[in-house]
Amino acid sequence: MDLGPHASFILASYGLCVLTVLVLFAWVFLDKAAQDKALSELAAQGVKRAQPKKERS
Amino acid sequence: MAFWDYANPTRFLRLVQVVLPWLAGLCVGLFAVGLYMSFFVAPEDYQQGDTVRIMYIHVPAAWLCMMCYSVMTISSLGTLVWKHPLADVSAKAAAPIGAAFTFMALVTGSLWGKPMWGTYWEWDARLTSVLVLFIMYLGLMTLWRTMDDPIKAGKAAAVLTLVGALNLPIIKFSVDWWNTLHQPASVFRFDGPTIHPDILWPLLVMAFAFTTLFFVLHLMAMRNEVLRRRVRSLRLRAASAAQPGPAAAAQPAE
Repeated sequence: MDLGPHASFILASYGLCVLTVLVLFAWVFLDKAAQDKALSELAAQGVKRAQPKKERS
Repeated sequence: MAFWDYANPTRFLRLVQVVLPWLAGLCVGLFAVGLYMSFFVAPEDYQQGDTVRIMYIHVPAAWLCMMCYSVMTISSLGTLVWKHPLADVSAKAAAPIGAAFTFMALVTGSLWGKPMWGTYWEWDARLTSVLVLFIMYLGLMTLWRTMDDPIKAGKAAAVLTLVGALNLPIIKFSVDWWNTLHQPASVFRFDGPTIHPDILWPLLVMAFAFTTLFFVLHLMAMRNEVLRRRVRSLRLRAASAAQPGPAAAAQPAE
């Protein structure tokens, strides 16, 4: 595919967008892994969320 | 179940688990169709040649950087007016995504400007106001990091976000109010789009692809923020339980 005399500008634009989106996905996946790890460490220490109290009938 | 019920973070996490795979699949499909149309269906522009293909990423990125800030503005109202439990989670999660879209719009615009205008940058109203938007995003991300308490940080950031929202109409109408190298609006106009359907359709498909990408990333980032607050809450609970006395009674709310 011939993109003409300004091909480098077109390819640089698309390449940079792909890179930015990859960085965003890396950020959300690494952050999710960090939060999951912290929650599992707390669960291993016996720290758990409070359960809602059941209403007495 | 009413929409308001998803204010509960646990219900929101369940909703994300169901919606996210479908939204991600839609996003991939739209990008596949949009990129195919952008490179193999859309014709060259009679003046710009193939360089017009930069438009299919530049314009959606520019729209999304404004839409993202609009989402943050509505979320900030949710924080300050309705005290919605997920409002500042939404605003905080959207800021880095908005910054990334603004960065994409600025850089692709610059790379488009050099061959078409003969310069990478011009201090005109459109480019400068978008640069201000980028700085606003960075400032908000910094503000959230300066405070430990997410509730206090959320309120401060909400006020700053609402002040920054004044920049949105300036960005939109800057090409009409001031002389600029940037072309005026050619899609969202009262008298209809002025660009040919062969170019308009790939642009609209790419715009939908970018919009679904934003929602995929936003839901993922919101889920992470809910989990981060859960971790913080549990750590405070563990710390207060380790200290017998009045401190133990003060349990933090999630």
